[in-house]
Formats: sequence, C-alpha cells, structure tokens
Amino acid sequence: MTWELVVLLGWGAVMTAALSIVSITVGLAIGVLICAASLSRVAPLKWFGRVYVSFFRGVPLLVLLLLIYHVLPQLGLDVPGVVAALIGLTLCTSAYQAETLRGGFVNVAPGLMEAGRMVGLNARQILLRIRAPIALRLTLPALVNEAIMILKASSLVSVVGVGDLTRTAQNLASSTFLPLEMFAVAGAYYLLLNIVVGYGGSGLGRLLGLRPA
Amino acid sequence: MSDTLAITLRGVVKRYGSNTVLRGIDLDIRHGEVTCLIGPSGSGKSTLLRCMAFLEEHDAGLIRVAGDPLGFDAARNRLPQTEIARVRRNIGMVFQQFNLWPHMTALGNVAEGLRQVLRLPKRQAQERAMAHLTRVGLADRASYYPSQLSGGQQQRVAIARALAMDPKIVLFDEPTSSLDPELTGEVLNVMRSLADDGMTMVVVTHEIGFAAHVAQHLVFLDEGQVALEGRAGDVFAQPWHPRLRQFLETYLDRGASVLLG
Ligand SMILES: Nc1ncnc2c1ncn2[C@@H]1O[C@H](COP(=O)(O)OP(=O)(O)OP(=O)(O)O)[C@@H](O)[C@H]1O
Ligand SMILES: [Mg+2]
Repeated sequence: MTWELVVLLGWGAVMTAALSIVSITVGLAIGVLICAASLSRVAPLKWFGRVYVSFFRGVPLLVLLLLIYHVLPQLGLDVPGVVAALIGLTLCTSAYQAETLRGGFVNVAPGLMEAGRMVGLNARQILLRIRAPIALRLTLPALVNEAIMILKASSLVSVVGVGDLTRTAQNLASSTFLPLEMFAVAGAYYLLLNIVVGYGGSGLGRLLGLRPA
Repeated sequence: MSDTLAITLRGVVKRYGSNTVLRGIDLDIRHGEVTCLIGPSGSGKSTLLRCMAFLEEHDAGLIRVAGDPLGFDAARNRLPQTEIARVRRNIGMVFQQFNLWPHMTALGNVAEGLRQVLRLPKRQAQERAMAHLTRVGLADRASYYPSQLSGGQQQRVAIARALAMDPKIVLFDEPTSSLDPELTGEVLNVMRSLADDGMTMVVVTHEIGFAAHVAQHLVFLDEGQVALEGRAGDVFAQPWHPRLRQFLETYLDRGASVLLG
C-alpha cells in the first residue's frame, strides 16, 4: 500500500463526489418542479408528477443506468458513460427528492397558512414566505439523507464504465492483489465524503436560518 | 347598513357533507363589545367563528363585516378574492394552537403583515411590531423564536400579531385551551385589557369566569343554533334553560358554581 495508490483512489473519490454533487443539485431543481406538478390542481400535471415519481422510484437504479446506457446509442446519441451515469443518478434522486418535498409541503400545518391569510398575505406570499420555508425546514434532514444515499448508490455507475471510487478500487484491487487495503481505503473515502455532506447539511440549515423544531 | 354593527349574520348555514353544523344563525356583533360564544363541544362554535373570518365558506345566509358582505353577496355571488381580502382586513384572529410561524422570531411574526401587506419600510414595521409586543408585555422576547417561548407567551405574540394589522374586530377561538392552567391568566389579562380599550372581540371560550366578568354579550350555542343570547349578566342570571344549565354544570369545577343559584 503506497501513497500513490491512496492518491489514485482519491481521484476516484473526486469522480464520485462530482457525480453526486451534480446529480443531487440538478435532481433538486427537477424535484422542485415535479413536486409542484404533483401538488398542482391541474389534473394532467398532477398525474405526470405522480407517474414520474412512481417510475423513477420504482425502477432499481442499476437497471435504470443500464437502460439509459443502452437506450441512448439506439437513439443515435453516442454519449460517454459519465453522461449516462449522470442522467440515471439525476432522474433517480429527483423522484425521491420530489416525494420528500411533497411530504414536507403537505405536512405544513394548515393553521400556519390560515394565520397568513388572516394577516392579509396573498396566496403567493403564503407560499413563498410561509409554506415553502417551513416545508424546507421539515425536509432538510431527509434531503441530506437522500444526498448520502445517492453518494453511496453512485457506486453502481461502475456498470457503465465510469471510473468512480468503487470502480477504481476494484481495478486497483485486481492489479495490486491488495483487495482488503483498497476497499478499506475506498470505504474510508466514502465515509469522509458523507461526513462532509452531513456537516454541509447542518451548515446549509444555519445559512438558511432554519432552526430545529 | 348600520355602522353600529361590527358583524351581522343572517340565516347562516354551514354543512360538512350531510352534517349540518350551523342551522341558520342570526347574530349581531356590536362595536366595542366583547361577545363570548359558549356551548357544548361540537355545537359549532369554532365553525361559526371561522365563518366570520371566511376561513370556512358558509353554504347559505349572509355575513356582513362593517356593513360589507363577506365572501358572498346577498344574491349569493362569490365575491372576488381581492374583495374578500379587503373585507377580511377588518378582522384579526387568534387561534387555539397559536399558529405562530416557527421560522420567524416573535418580532418577525408580528412584523410580517406590516412588511408584506402594508408594505411598511423595515424600520417602521419593526418599531410598530415592537410597540405591539410591548403592549402584550413581551418586548424582552422580541428576538426569541416560538419554540423558545412558553405557550402563554406564544399566545400573547399571536395576539400582538393580530393587533398589529389594526383590525376592527378580533376573533379568539379558545385562546387558552391549549395552555397549562397557570399560563391562562397572563393571556386572559391581555384580553381583558384589550376589552377595556374598547376592542370589539368575539371569544369562543370555556372560561366561564372570563365570560361572566368581561363579556357584555353572551351567546349560548347548541346543536348549531343560538339557543340563548343576551347580556352576559342576564343569561347567567337565568340558567333555567335546561341545556345551558346542563352545560354550566359540566363546568362547575371551573368556577361556574357561583353563577348557579
Ligand atoms: N372540517 C370539518 N369537516 C367535517 N366536519 C367538521 C369539520 N369541522 C368541524 N366539523 C364538525 O362540525 C361540528 C362542529 O364542530 P366545531 O369545531 O365548530 O365545534 P365546537 O363547538 O368548536 O367544539 P369544541 O368545543 O370541541 O371545539 C362537529 O360535529 C364537527 O365534527
Ligand atoms: Mg372549537
């Protein structure tokens, strides 16, 4: 086990972190839209939101990744594995995040919105000043949890040939005959990344002025 | 319309599915008076109060606030949202569960409407909010979040929040029912001082003592109807009404015994 190997694994960790950050943030943006669609009173939108969530939550990420990886070339899109991986991770996490956010929105006590109506806030103000911030506060822990889940689940992208942390560890394990060491270091990297995500989440909460209930 | 009447209800009906909760309520709320709504659980007190704020939409009848129809006009046309909001501006509401916004400080809760609805500049809004917190005795808690306040303090912030919008009428739905007994006094004191200042108040309460001592107007609601109504002293002086007597006896241990001969 040399420092050189630790650094090589470190590059795998960078790939894993990059994939996770992009898919979680883009997934959040899509998740907000899907959540809004699910809560909409317009039937087709609501229906679309529900189907989207059940589909991308229902199909295993591994299957989704392989599906995208093999479907895109059929559509004439010759994209590298990284792009297929990003699309798969993003679609998957957007469905989970949409559902988490929806849960937060429907769980904001109606009385808090009624209090808004009684001081004269309009529907938009009630959404932006009361419902959304409280929903976010309710869901931030679950969203951080989801970020951690995606970070770990991103190890599946090795099936589409992406050199992430797990894939790098596998490669190095077979070339060095040091599997135990490689996977131990890889595990340590995952742990480290997730600790950063956990602290990042609490920091974000403070930044947004969210207080524990 | 007579400008001595703060709220008038004529034939107000409210149904939930097949359950008729309000069965034709006629009621006048006069300016400057404290009206207490009492009645057994499920008699429709909260529903009636919420109809007065158009948080529940009545199914029939007419409600006027300061002379203007609330929600529906006399021909039962639904009024536009802006008109509903304008008429509702006369009314403040204090809820049983306080309903303070947990992500805002006490000051933030009180200043929110001043900033967002009245569009006051930040400093001016905060000064006015501070004056209202001072009035309910909570100036020193301005920067606290609701979770850091006792129930009684939260309810006083909620009263300040309602008052800050300068309503003509304040509706209270069992404002002390979710408080520990030792905390009800501070809230009732604030309400009493508000009454002394001439605020028009409609109070749903099980605090028979408060009703007997502070209310000018007492309404006993039973099964969605006004069973008995009048000056508080008169109503309590004649608890011959069997349902009222039965109701009051339930509250004997809450100090209503003095009222029963
Ligand atoms: N949103 C609702 N949907 C269906 N039924 C309702 C709803 N709100 C109230 N009711 C019913 O209306 C009736 C009157 O309820 P309301 O809450 O007005 O009574 P209340 O006099 O305030 O009682 P309490 O003293 O327990 O607060 C009850 O039978 C209740 O079950
Ligand atoms: Mg009630």
